[in-house]
Amino acid sequence: MKIVLQNLTKRYPNRNKKIKEDVIAVNNFNFEIPDGQLIGLLGPSGCGKSTTLNMICGLEKPTSGKIFFGDDDVTDLPPENRGVGMVFQSYALYPHLTVLQNIMFPMENLKGKDKMTKEAMRARAEEAARMVQIDQLLERKPSELSGGQQQRVAIARALVKVPRVLLLDEPLSNLDARLRLQTREEIRRIQRETGVTTVFVTHDQEEAMSISDLIVVMEAGVVQQIAKPQLVYEDPINIFVAKFLGTPPINVFEGEVKNGIVYIGGDAIIKAEPDSSWKEGAPDAAPGAALKDGPVTIGIRPEGFDPEKDGELQCGLTAVEVMGRDTSIVATNAHAANGSIRTIVNTEELAEVSGETVNFRIKPSRIYLFDHETGARVRCRFTPLR
Amino acid sequence: MNTNTDFSAIEKKSQRNERIRKIITYVLLTFWAVIVLFPFYWMILTSVKSYSAYNSEYVPQLYTLSPTMQNYFDAFTAVPLTRYFLNTLIFTVVTTLLMMVVTVLAAFAFARLKFPGKDILFTLFLSLMMIPNELVIITNFVTITNAGMRNSYIGLILPSVTSVFYIYLLKENFEQIPEELYKAAKVDGTSDFKYLWKVMIPICQPTMVTIAILKVIECWNSYVWPRLITDDQAYFLVSNGIQEIRENGFGRENIPAMMAAVVVISVPLIVLFLIFHKKIMAGVSRGGTKG
Ligand SMILES: Nc1ncnc2c1ncn2[C@@H]1O[C@H](COP(=O)(O)OP(=O)(O)O)[C@@H](O)[C@H]1O
Ligand SMILES: [Mg+2]
Repeated sequence: MKIVLQNLTKRYPNRNKKIKEDVIAVNNFNFEIPDGQLIGLLGPSGCGKSTTLNMICGLEKPTSGKIFFGDDDVTDLPPENRGVGMVFQSYALYPHLTVLQNIMFPMENLKGKDKMTKEAMRARAEEAARMVQIDQLLERKPSELSGGQQQRVAIARALVKVPRVLLLDEPLSNLDARLRLQTREEIRRIQRETGVTTVFVTHDQEEAMSISDLIVVMEAGVVQQIAKPQLVYEDPINIFVAKFLGTPPINVFEGEVKNGIVYIGGDAIIKAEPDSSWKEGAPDAAPGAALKDGPVTIGIRPEGFDPEKDGELQCGLTAVEVMGRDTSIVATNAHAANGSIRTIVNTEELAEVSGETVNFRIKPSRIYLFDHETGARVRCRFTPLR
Repeated sequence: MNTNTDFSAIEKKSQRNERIRKIITYVLLTFWAVIVLFPFYWMILTSVKSYSAYNSEYVPQLYTLSPTMQNYFDAFTAVPLTRYFLNTLIFTVVTTLLMMVVTVLAAFAFARLKFPGKDILFTLFLSLMMIPNELVIITNFVTITNAGMRNSYIGLILPSVTSVFYIYLLKENFEQIPEELYKAAKVDGTSDFKYLWKVMIPICQPTMVTIAILKVIECWNSYVWPRLITDDQAYFLVSNGIQEIRENGFGRENIPAMMAAVVVISVPLIVLFLIFHKKIMAGVSRGGTKG
């Protein structure tokens, strides 16, 4: 079942009654979610992820725009007629019911021809419980389960009606680190097994990267980029996406382009030339800005720095932190966004680093230019100076 | 070796202290129990003294050597106490049931529904708690009398079918149920009413039980309102009945018969309390810590 979101917009009256202006929680969301895929909806807290999910689910009515499941317009349908299953951050299990009763609850509301007998409901519930491997716990109350088990119950309850669409709103954020990893694999497995189109909301980039087929990055109600996980990282569409993905985060500098050379302060860093395969404004071209002389925002991933004696970028050395497999060099540069940068290097390259200063060569594949004003990605190719 | 003996000495000392503390505690508790239980003893004692013996005691006796059940017989024959019992039972059951329905629905509306003027309405509701009961009784009296509902069950019951405080208590309880539970129920197509019935009420069951029992006690003991609104014996409650028995002596108040009636009337409440006291406490402390 593919899901189509068409110009989806949601406005709320401001919670602060003194402010007359509406809050635009979701702004003109357009997307066609392919059948059977797992979509990661990623963005910082308050960017409109839950609102989007609630609109797909039917808990919230869009202010404007339409939602289709397959070819059916479901915009005005209540949730129970959409065939959705939803898993909430705090599991939302009924505390007074046993696990079995919790899983059976959704089926008790079925009316007319869908009405099921107690035995049929029980059989279905047991099947769903087996899928998430909690069939040993059916008679327990939610308070007698661990967080991970509770979340499995919630997933079983969402799956028991065989939904066309599975929606998960930050389902892992109440679990501890180890369980989070485990449960995330579990969700991936169940999604593959059932083939149900799934939207997974998270503010954790690693989570989104690891289980999604496609990632949607949102910010302030606006979709920034929709792409495969690796592409979102390697080919960010603007400075926001570049900053949001990656740990440690991308290093940002204020620099300049002059005669096809990128400068950070007085250091000439790398050669840049317009991307010949990209035409501004062409219908199929990725959004972005053309290369031109003048001030520019430069982003360099932590792994894009090679410490070398005659490297182009000169920095003050602050600290060398060995973190197991990798080593992190913390250095200062007057033109970096907050005065300091953090890089990840191979431990073998460390021989080059000592004393007060450190010089870096920049890897062409790990540097990005962004428009100084709009933050849009400047479309260009890089070649080393030497 | 030295340390060993020291330890045993310390242990002994602390054991002795422990014992002294225990003894003091028990003495105090016993004293307290006597104070609390004495009125009950006095009530039962008086109820088994004969009318003449009681009235001839110049100094009240702390015991009696010739207990009699005559007073119990008198209590039921001097006035139609059985009838009053029945009236009280009807009054209590109907009032409590109606009040539960009204309170639950009102608390649900305030906790869950969105409607214009909700906050103002609730503030007004709460401010009602500031008005002393006596004032409300006067206006209620006028209202009920003008409506021609004196000497009727409905006149007795109507003013007590709601309670601002219980609505407030239950609303607070309902609001502690996470929003996500409601959303989950909505996804499954649960109606508001079914959500209330299947989820909210079971979760808040301790508070519901507490409220119901407190209301039963309140109804059973109510005196001023029934006294005001009824002068027809057919609608008297037990509280009025006690008053009547008292006035039924030969020139003097028939206190022993009245005490007998009081004993009979108190028994159901005491039984109720003994059965449910754990639940009452659970509901109260729950409301206290979380609210
Ligand atoms: N019922 C509401 N009334 C007013 N504003 C709301 C309401 N629900 C959400 N918002 C606002 O909409 C924005 C998006 O919220 P939400 O979708 O919950 O964000 P997220 O799930 O990404 O953290 C936030 O700024 C939030 O304050
Ligand atoms: Mg959210």
